Amino acid sequence: MGRAWCYGDSVDTDVIIPARYLTTTDPAELAEHALEDLDAGFASAVQAGDFVVAGSNFGCGSSREHAPVALKGAGVGAVVARSFARIFFRNAINTGLVIVTCPELVDVTDSGDEIEVDLAKGVASNVTKNQSFQPEPLPDFILEIVECGGLVEWVKRRTNAA
Amino acid sequence: MGQTITEKILARHSGRDEVRPGDIVMCRVDLAMANDVTAPAAADAFARMDVATVWDRSKIALVASHFAPAKDIASANLMTRMRSFALEHDIEHLFEVGRGGIEHILLPEEALTLPGDVVIGADSHSCTYGALGCFSTGVGSTDLAAVMATGEIWLRVPESLRVVYSGAPPPWIVGKDLILSVIAAIGDDGARYMAMEHTGDTLGYLSMDSRLTLTNMAIEAGAKSGIIAPDQTTFDYVSSRQAAVGRHRDWPTLASDSDAAYASEVRIDAASLEPMVARPSLPSRAVPVGEIEPVRVDQVFIGSCTNARIEDLRIAAHVLGDERIAPHVRLMVIPATQRVWQQANAEGLLDLFAGAGASVSTPTCGACLGAHMGVLGPDEVCVSTSNRNYVGRMGHPSAQVYLANPAVAMASAVAGAVAHPAEIRPDAPNLVPELVVG
Repeated sequence: MGRAWCYGDSVDTDVIIPARYLTTTDPAELAEHALEDLDAGFASAVQAGDFVVAGSNFGCGSSREHAPVALKGAGVGAVVARSFARIFFRNAINTGLVIVTCPELVDVTDSGDEIEVDLAKGVASNVTKNQSFQPEPLPDFILEIVECGGLVEWVKRRTNAA
Repeated sequence: MGQTITEKILARHSGRDEVRPGDIVMCRVDLAMANDVTAPAAADAFARMDVATVWDRSKIALVASHFAPAKDIASANLMTRMRSFALEHDIEHLFEVGRGGIEHILLPEEALTLPGDVVIGADSHSCTYGALGCFSTGVGSTDLAAVMATGEIWLRVPESLRVVYSGAPPPWIVGKDLILSVIAAIGDDGARYMAMEHTGDTLGYLSMDSRLTLTNMAIEAGAKSGIIAPDQTTFDYVSSRQAAVGRHRDWPTLASDSDAAYASEVRIDAASLEPMVARPSLPSRAVPVGEIEPVRVDQVFIGSCTNARIEDLRIAAHVLGDERIAPHVRLMVIPATQRVWQQANAEGLLDLFAGAGASVSTPTCGACLGAHMGVLGPDEVCVSTSNRNYVGRMGHPSAQVYLANPAVAMASAVAGAVAHPAEIRPDAPNLVPELVVG
């Protein structure tokens, strides 16, 4: 369980991690600047297991993998959004940041609400509002990558099998 | 039912007779690209994949572009990591400062991206190459590492969005105005996950330079890829580039079937367009330049993978003529590649810009992403020929960026405020699209 940090539509990767910080690939350094240009207080106040809750097209723009790495490094338990931009979606799956497509949860959630996500059971809940929803399931193929723990392990499994 | 050009390319690369939107396919890749921002993380992920070496050293391009020339010690280290990876795996196409430029303009020049290819780039504007009739999309570093390890990538076959442009573009209208019109019409995620296929008689009037701008900004509408079926312009461009660099590979001529299925369609009456300007802070906030309120400008940037080709610089030079840059404006002109720089220099364009009070620099992505070479301070206003005007994109979060074509950008630099090029120069240029330098 964690608190919700709510934002709007089209949260782009330039505000998730501005280009001026792309001279490093270190997750801890990137985490210090997560969402800095959108919410300067986020990085210092976010706690492990908190949730970013956003509108449509989350993660649009640049292909920088630093974006999901920064959020994961900051301890974000999952990003719950109405929809995700496609490169961010792939990058999150590949790097192990949990992403949840659940417009209904976004609709009822305010910043500070307690959120709980149980992907095994397929339930996303706003505990504060006492409402639960079913997130959009991931396709089986993508679940396979998630279950491997990301793309690196998935590739290792495939190349070793071949 | 027929297939789109995108479906045909993905079918050919996944060993199938046909594919349908929603299918997940493993695709053979013809070229994998990364730059100084994305290559180091890709090299790290590659190392963790436990494969001996890359799948094909001749099919990987690594380009120093974003923080190049190295802006500080940290960015020098990124380039060192990219260079070490290239040396370790004997990568054939490593483009260093002074021998490359911005990847999305460089790789077509190098005849490394050809019609019918599947191109995977660790940069979101990798959709640009689709102007040549290839399937081309952006990914992150780990995906790119997987391609370098296996030569394959999993792709969900995208639905296609057909854009139909009609009519001859009026004076001053180039690819930038067409694509800003599309994004304004469908929104920042209007083509999310889709292949944006550009069609219509207007394309016959567009040079390859202008077409590359069309496909470049597919991502600003959320698209997976942008594509234009090859025609005579494509053939002429590809042939001339192959001859110039001495790199030859056969390519198929593919087109969408007349009964191919499209998820949606957008129609743009190109004949009635005005130059478009996107207000801060989303590309979809584009309106005709005549509707823009008076805006005093601090900086103008003519550069980026969107509009820094030779045609763009010729247009800008035509507008400038013997005028001077407004005293309170800083104009940064950054040709996209070493070839474009040399060509512009040979034509006297760089001298013209410099003489009028512009800063002219070596190729880099720098200013477009607020990395270096023209970072904006608090509340500064910039007219930029690049592709993104997001909050903080070019520097301070309070800076305001207006996106426009090169003619509008130069007119704004001269006027000191957002301006229609006809206010500075009554006649539009006659465009000669070919790139002459080999």
